Amino acid sequence: MAVKTRGKKLNHLKKVLLEHYRIIVSNRLSATGLIFIIFFLLIAIFAPWIAPNDPWEMMYDSNGEFASLRSPSWEFWLGTTHLGYDLFSQLILATRTTLLIGSISGGISIVIGANIGLIAGYYGGKTDEFLMRFTDILYGMPFLPFIIVLISLFGRHLEFIILAIVLIIWRTSARVIRAQTISIKQRQFIVAAKARGCSDFRIIYRHILPNVLPLLLLYAAFNIAWSIITEASASFLGFGDGETISWGGMLYELWLSGKTRVAWWWFAAPSICIVLLVISLVLVSRAYEEVANPRLRKR
Amino acid sequence: MSRKRVLGVKNLNVRYKTQKGPVHAVNDVTFDVFENEVFGIAGESGCGKSTLIRALMRLLPDSADVFANEIKLGEQDLRSLSDKHFREDVLWSKMSLVPQSAMNSLNPVYRVGDQIIEAIQAHTSDNKKTARNRAAELFDVVGLQPDLMDNYPHEYSGGMRQRAMIAMSLALDPGLIIMDEPTTGLDVLVQERILRRIREIRKEISSTIILITHDIAVISEMSDRIGVMYGGSLMEQAPAIDLFESPCHPYTLGLKNAFPSIRSKGQELISIPGSPPTLIGEGTGCPFAERCPFKVERCSKEFPTVEKLAEFHEVRCFRHDETPELRELASKKGTWLSLK
Repeated sequence: MAVKTRGKKLNHLKKVLLEHYRIIVSNRLSATGLIFIIFFLLIAIFAPWIAPNDPWEMMYDSNGEFASLRSPSWEFWLGTTHLGYDLFSQLILATRTTLLIGSISGGISIVIGANIGLIAGYYGGKTDEFLMRFTDILYGMPFLPFIIVLISLFGRHLEFIILAIVLIIWRTSARVIRAQTISIKQRQFIVAAKARGCSDFRIIYRHILPNVLPLLLLYAAFNIAWSIITEASASFLGFGDGETISWGGMLYELWLSGKTRVAWWWFAAPSICIVLLVISLVLVSRAYEEVANPRLRKR
Repeated sequence: MSRKRVLGVKNLNVRYKTQKGPVHAVNDVTFDVFENEVFGIAGESGCGKSTLIRALMRLLPDSADVFANEIKLGEQDLRSLSDKHFREDVLWSKMSLVPQSAMNSLNPVYRVGDQIIEAIQAHTSDNKKTARNRAAELFDVVGLQPDLMDNYPHEYSGGMRQRAMIAMSLALDPGLIIMDEPTTGLDVLVQERILRRIREIRKEISSTIILITHDIAVISEMSDRIGVMYGGSLMEQAPAIDLFESPCHPYTLGLKNAFPSIRSKGQELISIPGSPPTLIGEGTGCPFAERCPFKVERCSKEFPTVEKLAEFHEVRCFRHDETPELRELASKKGTWLSLK
């Protein structure tokens, strides 16, 4: 019996996932976005096996000559740096770091932002006042001095970079979710749910949350995108983790080398990757509006 | 005649704090509801009907102050209960609501059946399967196909949503069901079907209902007793037949003139000139005084007290003992036009 119900649950889960998949795929733009995200995910997972060379190894071409600042060719697909590092291998390994930072800080920040927004919006009054003034204080916090202080206190480690990004990024999602919560809590069905005797917790997480979900997912995608961009900016300014390489870090190395005007390929590859991933995330999140709002579904 | 009292409300007041000053939305309302009856509350928009029931169900915003000398559900005094206790033990299980604009009272992102199951599970220890069976039963009672449970609210018509809300209100066999404008916004055919269904349900499941509406036709057809509300106060309450055959309050007299009757053909309708009061500030006097053709000096200075004319027939008017003359005058159009 237990096995049977578990099988049933699995089947149900399968059905739900399939439905989500169908909705995303039925929209051409979001399907494209999904393909790119899966593509980047696969690269991130299999990075060490895909990368042909060690990203920190000076390369020599088939003629035995030191391969410094080579433009893309059959031998070095994305060219090389001034120190002869293979950019393709760097890009592949950087995908892993970037995705990791993006998903962790994007995920944590949306959870914090959503909860603060929901609670402030639902309870209103003093709770709202307190939480929103706290958010305002964070709005007044300039990102760069903040990350500089944090990094100089704790060192250039990945976890502190993630922490800094999370602390800065959740504020916008909290505000937006709060606004939407205030609008939804006044709808008739929330009054009906209250009349039914639902607890505050239940109303917030079972009745309001699903209704703000489209917005939440959109902001989850934005947060991931913003985390990636913020990490790139921080790395570009030299506050990245020195031990790992990220897309932003690659741009930083380019800046350090002083070859920005010469090595267009060095600049192009990580930039295109950043833009592509961010756009893909936004496209998929738009399709999610349909998942969360059955009214928009095609029948 | 002594019947079991289901709900007893004494001197209920609700005040909203607003920037323009306090709004006295419900003013000294006293009424009883007895077992197995339909108590109708009639009144025009803004007269405080919805505020009254929201006060009973504790659904008012924080800006509202409620005070009453007694709110008793059965033998239990509701005023002394904590919010949590009230929510868990009274709401829905003893007193349920078919909310105003039931059309929008279903959460658009959940299947209709699941919302009824939620209501059942919130108050009982039933597992999902039992709750689901119960929900299917309820769908049957209100005349909906049980397989519609797995549909979303937007796939329902207005009448179907209304039925679903009625099904939900019946879920826990509450002793008292409050229906706030259950047929407003539906066309007359659907209205009739819903009302017939409510009557059938009453036959099957003995239940006590408070019916709130601005539709005199609906209320006269459904109710055993009727209370007429105006400007936050109950002006007159009487058994339905008495109210229509021997109304006493000038407002009720005016209302009677304003509604067509099937029997008297060609009768001209007379409306009451003016519009309802705003209720802002501490009103003195009778709220109807401004529109009343029979007002005397006293009316705009003192708030009239409730006078008992017969068992169950109460009226809030200073001139309650002159009823026959007033009734005679009220049937003439000139009486009302002279106000303009």
